[in-house]
Amino acid sequence: MFSRAHVPARHRLSIRIWQNFAAKQIRVFWDGMPFYVDEEAWNKLFLECGSNDFRGHCSFVSESCGFPLNRMKRGRSKCQHFTPSEGRKKRHRSVPPAHVQTGSSASQRPTEETWGSLPHHVVLHIFQHLSLVDRARASSVCRRWNEVFHIPELWRRFEFELNQPATSYLRSTHPDLIQQIIKRHAQHLQYVSFKVDSCTESAEAACNILSQLVNCTIKTLGLISTARPSFMDVSQSHFVSALTVVFVNSKSLSSIKIDDTPVDDPSLKVLVANNSDTLKLLKMSSCPHVSPAGILCVADQCHGLRELALNYHLLSDELLLALSSEKHVHLEHLRIDVVSENPGQTQFHAIKKSSWDALIHHSPQVSIVMYFFLYEEEFEPFFCEETPVTHLYFGRAVSKDMLGRIGMNCPRLVELVVCANGLEPLDEELIRIAERCTSLTAIGLGECEVTCSGFMEFVKMCGGRLSQLSIMEEVLIPDNTYSIEQIHSEVSKHLGRIWFPDMMPTW
Amino acid sequence: MFFLKGDSVNMAPNSIHWFRKGLRLHDNPALQEAVRGADTVRCVYFLDPWFAGSSNLGVHRWRFLLQCLDDLDSNLRKLNSRLFVIRGQPANVFPRLFKEWKISRLTFEYDSEPFGKERDAAIKKLAMEAGVEVIVKISHTLYNLDKITELNGGQPPLTYKRFQTLISRMDPPEMPVETLSNTIMGCCVTPVSEDHGDKYGVPSLEELGFDIEGLPSAVWPGGETEALTRIERHLERKAWVANFERPRMNANSLLASPTGLSPYLRFGCLSCRLFYFKLTDLYRKVKKNNTPPLSLYGQLLWREFFYTAATTNPRFDKMEGNPICVRIPWDKNPEALAKWAEAKTGFPWIDAIMTQLRQEGWIHHLARHAVACFLTRGDLWISWEEGMKVFEELLLDADWSVNAGSWMWLSCSSFFQQFFHCYCPVGFGRRTDPNGDFIRRYLPILRGFPAKYIYDPWNAPDSVQAAAKCIIGVHYPKPMVNHAEASRLNIERMKQIYQQLSRYRGLGKNFTIFFCHAVFFPLACFPGYHHMPDTGHSSGLYRCNVSHDMAGPQHSGNRHRNVYCMLHEYHTVNITYSLYIPIYNILCGVQQATCCTQEEVLQVRGSESRNEILTVKMTLSPPLTSYNGKLQRSRRFMLPVGTSRVW
Repeated sequence: MFSRAHVPARHRLSIRIWQNFAAKQIRVFWDGMPFYVDEEAWNKLFLECGSNDFRGHCSFVSESCGFPLNRMKRGRSKCQHFTPSEGRKKRHRSVPPAHVQTGSSASQRPTEETWGSLPHHVVLHIFQHLSLVDRARASSVCRRWNEVFHIPELWRRFEFELNQPATSYLRSTHPDLIQQIIKRHAQHLQYVSFKVDSCTESAEAACNILSQLVNCTIKTLGLISTARPSFMDVSQSHFVSALTVVFVNSKSLSSIKIDDTPVDDPSLKVLVANNSDTLKLLKMSSCPHVSPAGILCVADQCHGLRELALNYHLLSDELLLALSSEKHVHLEHLRIDVVSENPGQTQFHAIKKSSWDALIHHSPQVSIVMYFFLYEEEFEPFFCEETPVTHLYFGRAVSKDMLGRIGMNCPRLVELVVCANGLEPLDEELIRIAERCTSLTAIGLGECEVTCSGFMEFVKMCGGRLSQLSIMEEVLIPDNTYSIEQIHSEVSKHLGRIWFPDMMPTW
Repeated sequence: MFFLKGDSVNMAPNSIHWFRKGLRLHDNPALQEAVRGADTVRCVYFLDPWFAGSSNLGVHRWRFLLQCLDDLDSNLRKLNSRLFVIRGQPANVFPRLFKEWKISRLTFEYDSEPFGKERDAAIKKLAMEAGVEVIVKISHTLYNLDKITELNGGQPPLTYKRFQTLISRMDPPEMPVETLSNTIMGCCVTPVSEDHGDKYGVPSLEELGFDIEGLPSAVWPGGETEALTRIERHLERKAWVANFERPRMNANSLLASPTGLSPYLRFGCLSCRLFYFKLTDLYRKVKKNNTPPLSLYGQLLWREFFYTAATTNPRFDKMEGNPICVRIPWDKNPEALAKWAEAKTGFPWIDAIMTQLRQEGWIHHLARHAVACFLTRGDLWISWEEGMKVFEELLLDADWSVNAGSWMWLSCSSFFQQFFHCYCPVGFGRRTDPNGDFIRRYLPILRGFPAKYIYDPWNAPDSVQAAAKCIIGVHYPKPMVNHAEASRLNIERMKQIYQQLSRYRGLGKNFTIFFCHAVFFPLACFPGYHHMPDTGHSSGLYRCNVSHDMAGPQHSGNRHRNVYCMLHEYHTVNITYSLYIPIYNILCGVQQATCCTQEEVLQVRGSESRNEILTVKMTLSPPLTSYNGKLQRSRRFMLPVGTSRVW
């Protein structure tokens, strides 16, 4: 489908490795034209273009050069695959920069050995643009390149993907690679994430790797379940002991994402004890083993915390006050998930207006994002008083009442998504929101009803500030004043751009 | 030599018309071509009895097909002709038929689907070798799909709005041709042998190996005759209601309607062009000659849209290797899939729909949304491909392109939506049919529950369950997932994927609840993208195919279009765009903006550092020019200012 021929014409510098042991050199394609580069030319290229500039011009296309991962036997083959791709012929030709030696045919190869003597930083620069697979291939070319392969800069970031064939369509990180990283590069890792599928074994494998990261100085750690949350199925002690290994050893953790994991209060204490100075981001939505006291301890000690995601049951007046203490930096982002399993089972507490006020006083710019997954009758404790929420998402039906209260009590509201509501039109509520939430810039409506004239009123009041207006087509009920057709043009007029309602396919 | 040539010119040809879809005599241009000036005509349909038992088409689809063939045969009989149902594969049998019947002309309806195109090309080659003239006519779709693609600059349009814009620039569809009649047949005859029934008769379901004991009578009887009755009824009702807007869903619309047309369009028992023009006529009559809006043809255009998207994409029904499909780490869970397919999820709304699908072969399109959403992004997080296969088996109107396209859409894998909205398996049904009659009809076991609990019977007190003679967990399964929890998780998963597609600042802030705003397509073929899951950073190239709904001369005053790209250090986004929009504003992550005119390609690289202005480069050809990180303004590169940051 999208063959090379469809890749639009652009100037492409691609690097391929020419394995010729008589004349070691890099063969470079500029715009499809091959030429050879020695060290001096490389340096010029980088100096003159500037690295940013250089990046913009060229994309390093990691074309498979055919090296197997293992070291090639010397002299076995002189030249690796050199199949020009079909799109190449179509590309416009341009004159390559003058400082690069051009050799239109292989016979003009420079004879001196320049390949292995490329300085590390040049090779490094090239490597930074290659994928790991290609780096591994290139590293088997010569010893010097192999040295570059192991330069710490190239191992700062790693994403472990752990999947089981029975539960996932995706492949896993190769066990040998994992071993190699643990052995040789654990101390270089700074940004680490684990992506696991829904299988418990994958999560356990992630914990096993974690517990081996003893000598590391990780800054960012993400535990990500790509399907069902499998970390929850790992035994709590196993998980906690693995996690604390990282907490104890990396004394400079700044970002941690551990949503849907069995992390508990004692492990958070370990985190705080070792990383309180550096912690900036903590995402821990749906961690059932953490108590309000556990998170309060984090807020009390980690004064640099700027972003926090948690469930509503962990939110307390004390927590908000702790986050607003003088020593604490401004909070930038607070995400709160409000979830109930079965109607009537969960009692939701209310947060005092004074606590919210304290937070806003301390961090005036903070975004407060709330995701609601509640039954209609459970909304009572929310938004009865002024609440400084900025982003609201209602994943389940929300009552008309509640939307009415939002209009009254959420003056900082920026985004609002209502996935579903009953059959009564939401005209009044929306108009009130338009009137009172003066920062509202984005709204999305799913299964609810709004009359066309009510909607028009809303749009008129908000006008051009609505940068996102995403309304399912079924939501709008035509009335005497407007039909669906008219509403396109009317809304577009008020928004200052062409607008259409969102549609689902009629199937 | 000369004489021979002369002979063949003078001799009236013997034709075969090959039925595949398009099982009708009305508006069938290829069939007319077969008859035109011909000496004999034979209408054939290929059925592979071996294939029948093993294929994944369910019994309802086979019955519908056989009824269509029966009807076709009886209509052909009225013209002193017959249908030849041929057992075997076209490629094996055609050469024999060409010889046996001395065929010199083969006609068939154009099939736009990649598989069909491949098959037809092979048959064309065979025919050429046998000296048979091949005539192909487009009549399954309103438009020539290749023309649409061509008008869009060689790429199929990937948003419906874009598609509508293109359509509105094209000539209206061609008028339907006359129905095949004795007049048109003229002196063209069909030689029918004594043993026609044995050799070429329409087989019965039993002959195909289906067990028909206990099979209820068809809710959707197949055939052209039925289709034509239905379209009249359909239009009568529309005329009576005099409302041409999309009907709002209610409890009644969930049931199979005697005016429903979708299976007939699928098998081509009804010509889409006939439907199109009848609708237009009716609209003009009722609305006093107003030009009908495109929305009048909603269902027809959606069908056309998916056909267009699929026609050049042989992997349209797959996730892997499909350039327009986002790779989502779906769960493999055969047990959960089976529960869904067999209507044992424990959610009455979902189970009732799946039961209706299994029993009757049709469900309302919003019901399709509900079950598709439940299986994929909403609750079970199972691949849309699995759902598509179940629909292919059970759904009468499941068409390769439309089925796959709709599943991709509903699972958020392609044709993107702006925010994540998933249907609640309790609330959605309750809003549609508050009384729950639909559920009682298809799940009689729940008949005793009051309306209050019929959508969530597990919440009913024990006394209510006892009174209803249905204990949840015993007589009817408990819900297989906690919807609130599952949808919360899945929304997170989806956001994660979309953020990764746009690779936005690692774990950091993502304020907005809205999805990405540009349409991103992984460049599937790009070396190293799909085949290196084990790279440290997720390096990848994305093709950002910008949708521009406001294109066209009528909006030339409104020339700014924001394209939002969220990028990461290692990502390059190539933004290509077609001819109609001269100016773009590229807003990458923080605050960078630049734009360029047609036929140039933008390369945008994100930067990890939050406050660093991103470098946006333009590569023009020729001459090679570059613009460093600063915003540039010139006649060619105009920048709208003051666009607010949305995430």
